Amino acid sequence: MIGLTHYLIVAAIIFTIGVFGIFLNRKNVIIIMMSIELILLSVNINLVAFSSYLHDLVGQIFALLILTVAAGEAAIGLAILVTYFRNRGSIAVEDINLMKG
Amino acid sequence: MAITFFFYLFSLAAIASAMLVITARNPVHSVLFLILCFFNAAGLFVLLGAEFLAMILVVVYVGAVAVLFLFVVMMLDVDFVELREGFLDYLPIGGVIGLILLVEMILLVGTWTIAPDLIAHTSTPTIGDISNTQAIGQVLYTKYVFFFQMAGLILLVAMIGAIVLTMRHKPNLKRQVIADQVARGPATAVEIKNVKSGEGLQ
Amino acid sequence: MAQAILFLPLLGALIAGLFGTKAFQNLGRDIDVYADHHDTHSGDHAHDDHAHDDHHGHYDGPAWPMYLTTGLLCLGAIFSWIIFWGFLHEGHDSRVELLSWITSGTLKAPWAIRLDALTAVMLVVVNTVSALVHVYSLGYMSHDEHQPRFFAYLSLFTFAMLMLVTSDNLIQMFFGWEGVGLASYLLIGFWYTRESANAAAIKAFVVNRVGDFGFALGIFGVYMVFGSVEFETIFMHAPDAVGKTMHFLGHDWDTLTTLCLLLFMGAMGKSAQFLLHTWLPDAMEGPTPVSALIHAATMVTAGVFLVARMSPLFELSPDARSLVIIVGGITAFFAATVGLVQNDIKRVIAYSTCSQLGYMFVAMGVGAYGVGIFHLFTHAFFKALLFLGAGSVIHAMSGEQDMRKMGGLAPHIRITWAMMLIGTFALTGVGIPGIGGFAGFHSKDAIIEAAFAYGSSPATFAFFLLVIAAFCTSFYSWRLAFMTFNGNTNADAETVSHIHESPPVMLIPLYVLAAGAIVAGFIFQHWFMGEGQAEFWGKALARNEILTKMEEVPVLVKWSATIAMLAGLALAYIFYIRDKTLPKRIADMNQPAYQFLLNKWYFDELYNFLFVRPAFWIGRLFWKQGDGAVIDGFGPDGVAASVGGITTQVVRLQTGYVYHYAFVMLIGLAAIISWFSFGGAH
Repeated sequence: MIGLTHYLIVAAIIFTIGVFGIFLNRKNVIIIMMSIELILLSVNINLVAFSSYLHDLVGQIFALLILTVAAGEAAIGLAILVTYFRNRGSIAVEDINLMKG
Repeated sequence: MAITFFFYLFSLAAIASAMLVITARNPVHSVLFLILCFFNAAGLFVLLGAEFLAMILVVVYVGAVAVLFLFVVMMLDVDFVELREGFLDYLPIGGVIGLILLVEMILLVGTWTIAPDLIAHTSTPTIGDISNTQAIGQVLYTKYVFFFQMAGLILLVAMIGAIVLTMRHKPNLKRQVIADQVARGPATAVEIKNVKSGEGLQ
Repeated sequence: MAQAILFLPLLGALIAGLFGTKAFQNLGRDIDVYADHHDTHSGDHAHDDHAHDDHHGHYDGPAWPMYLTTGLLCLGAIFSWIIFWGFLHEGHDSRVELLSWITSGTLKAPWAIRLDALTAVMLVVVNTVSALVHVYSLGYMSHDEHQPRFFAYLSLFTFAMLMLVTSDNLIQMFFGWEGVGLASYLLIGFWYTRESANAAAIKAFVVNRVGDFGFALGIFGVYMVFGSVEFETIFMHAPDAVGKTMHFLGHDWDTLTTLCLLLFMGAMGKSAQFLLHTWLPDAMEGPTPVSALIHAATMVTAGVFLVARMSPLFELSPDARSLVIIVGGITAFFAATVGLVQNDIKRVIAYSTCSQLGYMFVAMGVGAYGVGIFHLFTHAFFKALLFLGAGSVIHAMSGEQDMRKMGGLAPHIRITWAMMLIGTFALTGVGIPGIGGFAGFHSKDAIIEAAFAYGSSPATFAFFLLVIAAFCTSFYSWRLAFMTFNGNTNADAETVSHIHESPPVMLIPLYVLAAGAIVAGFIFQHWFMGEGQAEFWGKALARNEILTKMEEVPVLVKWSATIAMLAGLALAYIFYIRDKTLPKRIADMNQPAYQFLLNKWYFDELYNFLFVRPAFWIGRLFWKQGDGAVIDGFGPDGVAASVGGITTQVVRLQTGYVYHYAFVMLIGLAAIISWFSFGGAH
């Protein structure tokens, strides 16, 4: 029988893959953003799984909100990426170190 | 039995495609695997009884976000081979920590139970005879209407932001500036020349 | 009416101080309020013939703050005479409760006005002198550019002093006590651009703190023993405490003696008694009207008032009173000897004040409370007269205070001369025993008689000191008069040409005070220490047999003060009129003694060595070593330095690469989950 735990484990694995992807592809911003989408997806799986097993719709509402934010984030992120590429001719993260103190 | 089979099918496919998302050489492949991953996740949602979210995931993520990624990847003229340099630099230590994290999370999840009385006390129990979409609608437009509105605003802001960021004014393009047209008066619009007879205008 | 007396000065002080000052008028305008101050200092002093002390300036603000405060004070003075008059005839004590001030557990300190004969006397003294000083200041300070501030301070002082004398409990009294200390500080340092004035103000404040420490301890002790700070309760329970002991400083002491001595310590500070006297002469840095009001007539007598107010307590503790006698006697003698050789006209009068306060304390010590208060009363008149007269002289001399540079002023300023002579007569106690005389004669001679009549050995000791002091008083008073007004002038021609009589606004207060100095003695003797005294004082003061004993002293004792006075006069005449080289020759012959007196018994030097320099040394140690090396070294500076060092290391961690941050987040996440899994955080 498939229980809550199974879903949570799947979510955990996808989450780890997402985090892992961020620094594995440390030069490619697009992949990093995709990794973030993976992380958000894993969170959504968690929420929906809990919602289903607790018979509480609030979890799904939250998943919906996360979806919204993720969509916005992807749009803005890609817009920044495009602008950045236009200005610098590259999307290598190595070059993006303006945060350095 | 069928549920078990589909669960393992969807989840293994999701994990595998997620893995391929981060390891694929070609970013276009990555995006396609991402779409596959989303599809599988949607399948998991259906298994969990959240049909509405499953459909939203397909429509919003696959239809909008992932395609957006695809556009960007294809639009930008990037040497992706160069970007893969040093791919394996962080693999050992990252792999170790990722593994530790994964093991710990699974351990936690495995040893953890929900308090039995929590299920009985949840606020909005699903009603058996209406569909999942209907139930979400009843909750979303009543109790969480403000959150819903706020989500709309976030999307609006994201839209405006994206437009502002990517909009480009070409320098030599002539545009209509209505304010300038309205503000134009005789002093700036007309130049009076005193033309002497027989000489003409220089 | 009592409320009006109490709050009129406060009202005046607030209005004049808040709305009358230049700073207020320039509020919102972008003007340097004190700009003209510096200009006038750099101006030509010689043509400013109205300058006093060494302060120059001109006032161009409105006059209403000055007239307002003066008017309110005059009103207050009239009210207090009405109350006083009521006490002379059929007086009855009353108590007006204004509001409950402190109520904390068993500690109750209501804000009440206590009206009895003692309060009435003090009201008259304070308000009369204050009103006259206000009027006098209208003339004396007329060129000062910060007049509203000065008048506001004066009124504030008056309010605080009235609070003190009308208090119904020790805490309220302490409030007024500190209030007058504050006003005194502000007024001594009124000319704050002068360094010496600031130093004197600080000195007065700090020395007073020493006494106030004792006073505060006394209040705590009284509360501990009697469970109340209200006078009625204390006096009611005082007899029960006789013979009991209290634990203090690791030793058992007699309760009442300890309390009285602690309270007396406060009185010593405020009244500039021996050992705590050093601030009073320096306080002469303030404007002369301030010296007259605060450092002669009213504030310094607060200590005497305190002892009189607590007389039911002191009456039960002969040991404490013995100390009061000794301290008072020594002060009277010491200050009088120092006064002999001082050359600054204000300092001579200041030491004279110190000495007269000693007399009052001797009277308190021997139990002749009425006599002491009587001397306080008369002294207020003639000492204020002397100070204001001295102010008039200084005014005439364009700010010169050194008597050696005066002389021969009598023809130029006849009225001032006459007033000063009346003051001198009153101070030295001119009169014929058995018949009557000037104000000081009645009160001062009575104190000397009381000291003899008391009979104990400290009192006898004090008696001799007082007689010598009377001789010295006479000598330095006449020395002052002769050096200033007689002989040939020693001033330069420039100054002499500017000598002029003071304007009427300054002379009228002198007339009033002179009248008081002449008649206050024999008019009020009947109520203060004569047949009417028991009825007059009522329950305000403790009763004893000293007044009847005073009737039985030998004739020689009765005459002793007068003889001493005449001897002093004669000697002063020989020294300063007949043979002017004599003082110099005697000083040269007894150089050590002369220097000893001239340097005020080397008290300033002694304190400097004992307290000031160790305090500086400790302060510097704490500052350089404690604060600088330890606190700053390990604290701000050390932290700042190490922050700089550490951050250069930390900055390296901030690579600016997103994946580094992601990596660190991952490590953190792993650590937190590990902690939750195995760390046992439930």
